[in-house]
Amino acid sequence: MQHVLIVSLFMFFAGVCGFIIRKNMITILMSVELILNAVNINLLVFNKYLFPEQLQGHFFALFVMGIAAAEAAVAIALIINIYRRLNSINVEEVTEMKY
Amino acid sequence: MFYLLAAVIMVCSVLTITSRRILRAAFYLLCVLIATAGIYFMLDYQFMAGVQLILYAGGIVVLIIFSVLLTSHISQKFAKPGLARVIPGVLAAVAGFVLSAMTVLSFPFQPSGQPAIDNDMRTIGLQLLSVEKNGYALPFEVISVLLLASMVGAIVVAKKEKSKEKP
Repeated sequence: MQHVLIVSLFMFFAGVCGFIIRKNMITILMSVELILNAVNINLLVFNKYLFPEQLQGHFFALFVMGIAAAEAAVAIALIINIYRRLNSINVEEVTEMKY
Repeated sequence: MFYLLAAVIMVCSVLTITSRRILRAAFYLLCVLIATAGIYFMLDYQFMAGVQLILYAGGIVVLIIFSVLLTSHISQKFAKPGLARVIPGVLAAVAGFVLSAMTVLSFPFQPSGQPAIDNDMRTIGLQLLSVEKNGYALPFEVISVLLLASMVGAIVVAKKEKSKEKP
């Protein structure tokens, strides 16, 4: 069981590292999807090996997937709107609301 | 078989975050998502694997490629991020990974010996709509409202403004 947890941990921290490193907004969104997928694997593995008689992890993972889909849709709408205003999707150029 | 999928996941996730062309990063993300669905099939969660393939691999990756086509040059190579940004990121990720891996490996997980519940569609459907102890009817309704709100929000945010021209 620990092997699957190590894989999901690796994916999680790869997503965190990509979130910090990248400058393009779409690649940041891709790193967020990596993080959410790692969390899903974690939930399902815990459900299967430690609590096989109930399905709580299963339903939690299902709702996390639904929320991830909704959030990706809204994020892409925002990215398209930002591109229309500033003609770039670099994170460092979105500074209009800076104090 | 599991180690093959695990190797695919690890290699492709690192390639996703370090690739310099955006379309290749989207392709590696697709590989990671399909390998994750393979792990779900191995864990005997067929419904989740199906939902993962439809939603993530067939929905979100398509959305990402759409937005890549709409907003940037496809064959443009990224500049390498400067060292001032790479080093804290890699340091934080590696430190976090080592810490959590040590914690996970040193905890004695006891696989439970209780009989497994049947994971077929009938059980999932009944539990998703029931209001008794193990029922999930309330999160089900709430997430449908959330999906409606996000759909409306995405449409409002991304639609073109009508340009008002004074003749």
